[in-house]
Amino acid sequence: MITLNINGKPRQIDLPTDTPLLWALRDYLGLTGTKFGCGMALCGACTVHLDGEPARACVTPISAAVGKKIVTIEAIGQDATGQKVQDAWLTLSVPQCGYCQSGQIMAATALLKQNPKPSDADIDKAMSGNICRCGTYPRIRAAIKQAAGSTERKS
Amino acid sequence: MKKSLDNPTILSPDDAGLYIANISRRAFIKNFALTGFVLAAGFPSLSGADETAAPSEKGKYGADAMPHGWVDNPLVFVAIAEDGTVTIVCHRSEMGQGVRTSLPMVVADELEANWLHVRVEQATGDESRYGNQDTDGSRSMRHFFMPMRRVGAAARSMLESAAAAQWQVPVQEVRAELHQVLHPATGRTLGYGQLAKVAAKLPVPDRETLRLKKPAEFRYISKGRLGIYDGQDIVTGQAQYGIDTRLDDMLYAVVARPPVFGGKVLSYDAKDALKLPGVVKVVELPSSPLPAGFNPLGGIAVIARNTWAAIQGRKALKIEWNNGPHGTYDSLMYKAELEAAARKPGKVVRNEGDVDAALQGAVKRLEAEYYAPHLAQAPMEPPAATARIVKGKCEIWTCTQAPQASRDSVAKWLKLPEDDVTVHVTLLGGGFGRKSIPDYVIEAALLSQAMNGKPVKLTWTREDDLHHSYFHTVSVERLEAGLDAQGKPVAWLHRTVAPTISSTFGPDSKHQMPIELGMGVINAPFAIANLRIENPEAEAHTRIGWFRSVSNIPHAFAIQSFVAELAATAGRDPKDFLLELIGPPQRIDPSTLGDSWNYGESPEAYPLDTGRLRRVIETVARETGWGRTLPKGGGLGLAAHYSFVTYVAVVVEVAVNGDGELSIPRIDVAVDCGPQVNPERIRSQIEGACIMGISLATLGEISFKEGAVVQDNFHAYQLTRMDDAPREIRVHLLPATEFDAPLGGVGEPGVPPIAPALCNAIFAATGQRIRQLPIRDQLRKA
Repeated sequence: MITLNINGKPRQIDLPTDTPLLWALRDYLGLTGTKFGCGMALCGACTVHLDGEPARACVTPISAAVGKKIVTIEAIGQDATGQKVQDAWLTLSVPQCGYCQSGQIMAATALLKQNPKPSDADIDKAMSGNICRCGTYPRIRAAIKQAAGSTERKS
Repeated sequence: MKKSLDNPTILSPDDAGLYIANISRRAFIKNFALTGFVLAAGFPSLSGADETAAPSEKGKYGADAMPHGWVDNPLVFVAIAEDGTVTIVCHRSEMGQGVRTSLPMVVADELEANWLHVRVEQATGDESRYGNQDTDGSRSMRHFFMPMRRVGAAARSMLESAAAAQWQVPVQEVRAELHQVLHPATGRTLGYGQLAKVAAKLPVPDRETLRLKKPAEFRYISKGRLGIYDGQDIVTGQAQYGIDTRLDDMLYAVVARPPVFGGKVLSYDAKDALKLPGVVKVVELPSSPLPAGFNPLGGIAVIARNTWAAIQGRKALKIEWNNGPHGTYDSLMYKAELEAAARKPGKVVRNEGDVDAALQGAVKRLEAEYYAPHLAQAPMEPPAATARIVKGKCEIWTCTQAPQASRDSVAKWLKLPEDDVTVHVTLLGGGFGRKSIPDYVIEAALLSQAMNGKPVKLTWTREDDLHHSYFHTVSVERLEAGLDAQGKPVAWLHRTVAPTISSTFGPDSKHQMPIELGMGVINAPFAIANLRIENPEAEAHTRIGWFRSVSNIPHAFAIQSFVAELAATAGRDPKDFLLELIGPPQRIDPSTLGDSWNYGESPEAYPLDTGRLRRVIETVARETGWGRTLPKGGGLGLAAHYSFVTYVAVVVEVAVNGDGELSIPRIDVAVDCGPQVNPERIRSQIEGACIMGISLATLGEISFKEGAVVQDNFHAYQLTRMDDAPREIRVHLLPATEFDAPLGGVGEPGVPPIAPALCNAIFAATGQRIRQLPIRDQLRKA
């Protein structure tokens, strides 16, 4: 039995310690907002935060997440930056199918927390690990800039 | 960057009043559960696809020609609770095109419903009740705009009648407005919730008597003011896709399928797999006889307590395969076969004038061959389905573009009556044609059956998705043309060679179907006196299926590249040359071009209008500043294509640096899809189509070796990412003249012209002509 700190709460997980965090979240805990896309850290759909750093849950064994603060898409709105990012995503109607957007939002939030005013090159660097097959990249870029520029929460 | 989203009517953050986000619906769902349906269903549906509703004496077109046609009964699509919550059923699958916003929005508009009090319910697969549900062919709005308007107008009329009866005034004195009915003479109002119970008992008005709104009265239609219905759920991780289904006591499965199409399990050893923690059972799925149809491939399934355990179990299987007749399929050799076929005469599918004589007499001749490889749709959510069988009734939860085909297929495989199969349609994490085929849904049902009906969720890994798709075809297009002394084309010979989708469904199908030829090749709208189109044979060695915009991709790539090559040969500007080739504006009956299909639409309502084609070209040229000066290494490329009864022209701007590295600063797209119901989602679809087009042109390739797909995952099957995406996409929607003009498709027609426009831009920038996709490192300097 492993205990992980997920979205501010301790959660008990009875799975082999090499199980990727992705499947512990999705199948064991029912937190299905974190998505499966490739299983090899190639697409970013499974991006979560480990101690504030973006991480690919599909290649992170649960043993490696012990003692870290894990934040998933389900709780990122409790963070002021995460909320701004979600608001910008809605205001610009970024999503099409929406499947990759959990990972995109997690990656964008991590970027803005470390770099509140990212340049285009910064955005390219931070976001190019996240594939969107629908092709929402121009709106993602615009939404990141909007979230970076917004000083207060929009309702 | 703001310019790429240049859209004056919508969603600007400074324009908060225009942004209507339906975010409070969770509360409504709760209320809804308490009060239940009042305006209730249960009436036999008024199907429009019966003999009496046939709109044309010549035959059936549009939704009338689709299985189960259309339904416009408000009692099927609308329910109003006593608290005023309006529930609107969406019967088409949401895969990113915005249909769960746009179709209910049409109903809500005619119904005068307040969008903030609307909730959307997804229909199960049941076409006899809802009409056709095959979400493909860019036709949800084209086929259901009018039926959904009538649904809303009929429900509005019933509410008005109920209010008039209660007030004992003539119905002409009342009117519905934003979720209530008003009696202006006395200032009285009644809310929809108050009226629902009475209204539901009134007869449904005849569709001929309905008063539809005038376009000036539209509240949501054509405005682009609504945020996407599922937006809030998506950004908070609450949206439910097929892969997210969870049921009590559910088991998780993955399947090891034959690596080669048509292969079979010779023997297998599951001992090691069964020793792994979490693995519950190993089940053999029988292989299906060819042709493939929708049938699953068979193989060995591992059923476990979670997905990861199932994947580990599959790795531990020892399986010996018989590869079957396609074990030698090799993409390089196959390309040579297609080229050989394209260099010999083939079946003539259109012939005008005397091409051979005209070629002989031409002053200049040009010939070129274009190659476009197999592609995988690769939706970000791979195929997934969950099945449960309780007391002989099977329930499915899945991401499908084909809810009814899923239901029919499961019924057939489980030998159940259709009524005992329910298909719940989840959100789709992308579809692009892959999820039109329910092979994975059948697999899930068979696995649940093997577990005595326990719920089983089947997940395809990315490797499964890339190895076992129904692939986009592979093609060689050979074009030859002759120019006269003035540089005017006098002869055109096009041989198109590609395995056909029909090979997936019937043995020995080696020629393209009318629907494939009708995707831009047979109906090339060029004013050339001598023109012949041939379709030599091609044999399929894998499952050929649908990929967003289908055969339009290779056809537009070849034709629009070749036209630019001809312009260069003639020493002409590519835009002027293309416009001259199209000729003066005229409305052409597609059947006179040998196109008997025309996307299933009536040739009278949907002629091939070269005036509209010209207009998108002229518009995009003007908006992009055709001929503008670019920095060194820059180039502009143009392409135009008619598909899904919509007209699209594209100008791609490229920059190629000294090392041959390609970047795309800007794309301009002009689109004439007729009246625009939800311009905001049209723009998003076109933006996405640009990026999918760039992706397939620069990187996309599925190849085969020894019968099996070479690419395992996204490191090998590469897709365009943020850093290589066009930096700016400007979408120019042509205004429709009238709202009763016929609608065009939106989801697909943006894709085909992108690859040729890109390659034409590369030619303008570098003088290098790309004739083989993908471009990958063809521009790199050694």
